[in-house]
Amino acid sequence: MRSGSTAAACAALVRRDLTLVWRRRGDAANPILFALIVVALFPLALGPEPEQLRRIAAGVVFVAILLAGLLALDTLFRSDYEDGSLEQLVLSPHPLSLLLACKIAVHWFTTALPLIIVSPLLGELLHLAEPLRGLLPLALLLATPLLSLLGAVCVALTVGMYRSGMLLALLVLPLYVPVLIFGAGACNAAQAGLPFAAPLLWLGAALVLALVLAPLACAAALRISLS
Amino acid sequence: MNDFLAMGGYGAYVWSAYAVFFVVLALEALAPRATRRRVLADLRGRLKRRDARNEASA
Amino acid sequence: MNALTLWFHKTGSPPTAYRLAGRIMPWCYGLGLVLGLVALYGGLVLAPRDYQQGDAYRIIFIHVPCAWMSLFAYFFMAANAFIALVWRIKLSEVLAMAAAPIGAAFTFITLVTGSIWGKPMWGTWWTWDARLTSELVLLFLYLGVIGLHAAIEDRRQAARAAGFLALIGIVNIPIVHFSVNWWNTLHQGSTVRLMGPSKIDASMIWPLLLMALATHVWFFGSVLARTRIGLLELDGGKDWVRAIALDDDKEAHA
Repeated sequence: MRSGSTAAACAALVRRDLTLVWRRRGDAANPILFALIVVALFPLALGPEPEQLRRIAAGVVFVAILLAGLLALDTLFRSDYEDGSLEQLVLSPHPLSLLLACKIAVHWFTTALPLIIVSPLLGELLHLAEPLRGLLPLALLLATPLLSLLGAVCVALTVGMYRSGMLLALLVLPLYVPVLIFGAGACNAAQAGLPFAAPLLWLGAALVLALVLAPLACAAALRISLS
Repeated sequence: MNDFLAMGGYGAYVWSAYAVFFVVLALEALAPRATRRRVLADLRGRLKRRDARNEASA
Repeated sequence: MNALTLWFHKTGSPPTAYRLAGRIMPWCYGLGLVLGLVALYGGLVLAPRDYQQGDAYRIIFIHVPCAWMSLFAYFFMAANAFIALVWRIKLSEVLAMAAAPIGAAFTFITLVTGSIWGKPMWGTWWTWDARLTSELVLLFLYLGVIGLHAAIEDRRQAARAAGFLALIGIVNIPIVHFSVNWWNTLHQGSTVRLMGPSKIDASMIWPLLLMALATHVWFFGSVLARTRIGLLELDGGKDWVRAIALDDDKEAHA
């Protein structure tokens, strides 16, 4: 049997994943809804004073989007594992890490990108400070791919389990801590009038590193859990 | 002796810290014993079931 | 096969490793206990009172050795996980997973004693101090490894998956430490230096080091005890395990 080129395989995989998401496009709104609910809870819990909300706005939006991403992680391999196409992927002659990178990219594109787009709205709900309006989406743009890549490795480790929700959170959160610190930290530093380029650069460096290493780690983890 | 137990007024803190240290390490040392008993009992159960199956089929 | 690899394979085989571990284990526990008691005597009775902290500083004699152990156990676990994943040595898988609960126990002690120490010194049970926060993340890493290992049915696959997670964690630890330090400088105010670079008296340092030695020896005793169980589980159907199971039953009824 002749197998096509790797590029063609990646393109086919991306097309397939996008089609699957499109067929269930109602679900795509779930992470946004979740983040919106979480953000709406804070004024209810803390009171509506704009000053107080402004102080915590960036951090709350960051945490809400992180949690929404955590909930969405489960769908990364779930249906592919259940219908067996994940094993097909592992057995395919093309480099598994590259195929997984495509899957993660599509997943980020369909779950995290909408969250970034609505993040100004979430910020507005909490009276986000004026200078942060541009910075928060930028920080999220650097942080969310990193969250998706790190999360994918942990999802690959728990792929065969029925009830992996709590365990997945336990595995993922320690890895998310530095991303959260630098992402939300950049916003807080900007709000306090401090230089904020360094944490963003650190996020960028980590993202480049993760872009290369995380798909490899994800492939290795998947091979372990499907063996 | 009372002076020693009082620890210069910090007795409650010092001794509770040491108590945590000892209790956790004691539990940590006893846990393998209980696990070992459970694993071996498990094994015996499995062996017994297998023997019973073999006899039934023989 | 040269003599070294032959020896390695022989000691690495489960029955031999089980017997060897059984022979060394009581010595580790015994030595750890004796050294620990001497260190306690030195720390609680012989060491003089600290002029700044009074007697509260005596928590250092358990807090700091446990903090060292929490990191040491993680390195031990990750090193064995690496060996297990690269060379597929069964014994290393078992050793790595044996270290996880002990490391978690030491991390837990570090957190609790640190918080008890913080109450009289800082006036609060918990501050978001850089080291305490890192230690908390470390505890989560341990719990993740233990949870993953417990959640997978097949013992070998469980050990390999959890070992892989431990290796990811070892990359994560310095990053967490670095980021938490940066975060702490951003939010000045809660930083309280518990121990600056102040000189520590020799009468205080020897019980500390001796206690560190004792916890290391104790750790190895406990690793061996847990390794023995791991080997029994791994080789469940084999003859040597069956013999041990039946012997154990006889002892219980005798």
